[in-house]
Amino acid sequence: MSDVDHKALPKPFQYVLLVLMSALASGLGYAVLSLPDQAIELKGLVEANLHASGVRNPVTAVLLNFRAYDTLLEMAVLLLALIGVWSLGATPMRRGADPEPVLSALVHGLAPMMILVAGYLLWAGAHAPGGAFQAGAVLAASGVLLLLTGKRLTTRLMGRPLRIVLLTGLGAFITVGVIVIPAGGMFLQYPSDLAAGLILFIEAAATLSIGAILTALFLGGRVVSGEER
Amino acid sequence: MTPFTLYALTGIGLFVLGLYSLIVQAHLIRKVIALNIMGSGVFLVLVGLGGPTSNTMPDPVPQAMVLTGIVVAIAATALALTLILRIQAETGRTDLAEHSSQH
Amino acid sequence: MGISTVSIPWAIWTILLPLAGSLLCFLLPRRAALLGQAAAFSIVVPVAGLGWQVATHGIQRYAVGGWGAPLGIDLYADGLSSLMLIMTALVGLGISLYASAYFERRKAQFFWPLWLFLWAVLNALFLSGDIFNLYVTLELLGLAAVALVALAGGADALTGAMRYLLVSLLGSLCYLLGVALLYHAFGTLDIISLGRLMMPMPAVWTAMGLMTAGLLLKTALFPLHFWLPPAHASAPAPVSAILSALVVKASFYLLLRLWLDLFPEPGAAPRLLLGVLGAGAILWGSLQALRQKRLKLLVAYSTVAQLGYLFLAFPLLISAAWNAVVYFVLSHALAKSAMFLAVGNILYFGGHDRIDELDRIVQRLPLTMTAFAIAGISIIGLPPSGGFVAKWLLLEAAFSSGQWGWVLVVISGSLLAAAYVFKVIGFAFTQAKVLHETRAVPTIMEWTALGLALAALALGLMAPLPLELMDIGAPWVTLIGEELP
Repeated sequence: MSDVDHKALPKPFQYVLLVLMSALASGLGYAVLSLPDQAIELKGLVEANLHASGVRNPVTAVLLNFRAYDTLLEMAVLLLALIGVWSLGATPMRRGADPEPVLSALVHGLAPMMILVAGYLLWAGAHAPGGAFQAGAVLAASGVLLLLTGKRLTTRLMGRPLRIVLLTGLGAFITVGVIVIPAGGMFLQYPSDLAAGLILFIEAAATLSIGAILTALFLGGRVVSGEER
Repeated sequence: MTPFTLYALTGIGLFVLGLYSLIVQAHLIRKVIALNIMGSGVFLVLVGLGGPTSNTMPDPVPQAMVLTGIVVAIAATALALTLILRIQAETGRTDLAEHSSQH
Repeated sequence: MGISTVSIPWAIWTILLPLAGSLLCFLLPRRAALLGQAAAFSIVVPVAGLGWQVATHGIQRYAVGGWGAPLGIDLYADGLSSLMLIMTALVGLGISLYASAYFERRKAQFFWPLWLFLWAVLNALFLSGDIFNLYVTLELLGLAAVALVALAGGADALTGAMRYLLVSLLGSLCYLLGVALLYHAFGTLDIISLGRLMMPMPAVWTAMGLMTAGLLLKTALFPLHFWLPPAHASAPAPVSAILSALVVKASFYLLLRLWLDLFPEPGAAPRLLLGVLGAGAILWGSLQALRQKRLKLLVAYSTVAQLGYLFLAFPLLISAAWNAVVYFVLSHALAKSAMFLAVGNILYFGGHDRIDELDRIVQRLPLTMTAFAIAGISIIGLPPSGGFVAKWLLLEAAFSSGQWGWVLVVISGSLLAAAYVFKVIGFAFTQAKVLHETRAVPTIMEWTALGLALAALALGLMAPLPLELMDIGAPWVTLIGEELP
């Protein structure tokens, strides 16, 4: 970066800004310190309803059951970012670019393990910290490592099949949410005896999607097939 | 002051530091990093204030909120970085050109 | 004003339909335009259904996940949010029809998923009753809008999009810090519960300041408007319409909701500050619009100016002022989208949008110029348009609360708007020295621009309807007990 010292503001403005920032920090700090002791309303509600949520870990219960709508939107954010990235153009990464032998050997051993770990995290989310996003992130990490060693999917899989995988998470979420409506409830209101199974189903689909989306985001653009160029 | 209030104050510090860098730094990648630091600051405030007290478990709701927030931050950062790549390909620069070209 | 739940949950379908449409368009890119338009038409159904539900049964609450606030997330539909949904549906329909002819296939395959996503998020934002859920929708909105701006390609659009992205992220983070403070102060994220628990304390004022600052950044209130003209002017024409008509209104709606439903009364000084900044926006934005040499920049600065009017309601405390401002939001959405689509036609026609080289556009694109002129009538605030009704209500509110300064501001704003609108129309009649090659504008693009402009006109003729709907569960209705007669 040749313009390492290039700042956007001249020196006097920087000093004024420093003063303003210090004032801001003091104000915010004072606000934080002035907060009363923890208000427990929501925490108590979560604990009270945990048994009906289908999972034992309270964070997973909040994410996938009580506030599942937020998680649905969160999956939408990831997909949206990918569509945005794809709309900007082709990936600058070349295929099969000069893989390092040490990295390749390491990844050969690591990648299957990472997939296993992802599977475990997905399963563990029901009773311990874990779940779809964590598992998806590990999956994506293995995907990134594979990309760095120059591996790519065959072109045939890059079109419709890839798009299907990317959509599965959000699609499963919406489908489950809609299917439970006729069972006499609201959108995303899982029947309590099916809640555990439905959550696992959604999380599995989500893990796959999140891993694929994050890996695709790493490429920084569309993968163009020969004809498209 | 509990350790968790300290986390929250650190979060505030990160937020303000990030804000200063966002305004002052010109290079786009540094601006994106500054935004990420600000985000981490806000997450620290969220989780820090929801820590366990002497007789209760930690509050799961802020943790869920921060998980969501992290994912949102990743998505936004990915879009930002790709945009920066395109800007550099189009203009050869990595900072925002001034408005004068618009008039 | 009862709260009831009726059999068909229209609320959730207003969000799910465009979302599903977006996913389908992404899955089948070759048929994206067709699917997109089908989705656009279908969204009208649940929006109308919800509007009817609210008009006849009052406020609707929908507990997503069945848990109910504060444990779960509630969708909350009152007159104001229904009106916002209807506005989005009308403008969205017009823009969808326009875009079907505007984009060629390579860009269309990305436009439709992004646009339908944005529409779903707008609906989700207008209906959400949970402050953290609102953060997620705000971020989604920003990302979708940025991606749509960048779709134009080219250095201007890309840098405009980057600046917009940075600003959007900064605004969302300030908002989120406010959410953090509010949650840890009161232990809930539901707007209604927070409103009941609310009390004045340092953390609340800080949260109010943070969230307001973040939302003002996103609504581009002067002097935080610097990002808007480059972004709105360099985006593709339908995207400019989406941004100016809908996206900036979403953050304003949120600001309104928070100030009226959530936060305690901050006193006269902050209100006055917002009013003064609004006045600054009107005057500065209009003056800058006059100086522009390019049409799209003129219209973008006009947006900056028009957004200033929205903030005049804050110092004018009475409910008539809020009615005026919401009416303004509606009429500006229709008029500004019509204006941007008309400008898009001009750009398509001649390949440029330089104002002094508009070669007898009136003769060659009569429909488009009619659309521009009618939209201009609403922007200036001449009768019989929606803009006129809105400004009339605003002036009434200013008179009856005895704050005469704002009257001057509104009138000056109208005069300046007249100046820049007539400047364009004037050049549209003249013959230019430099000739450009032209190409024919698809008819649907001309007709949708005209249609939206006529809708802005119609809004002026049917004022009672929206005003009635607005007052159902309106957050300012409760002010009536406290205001001076």
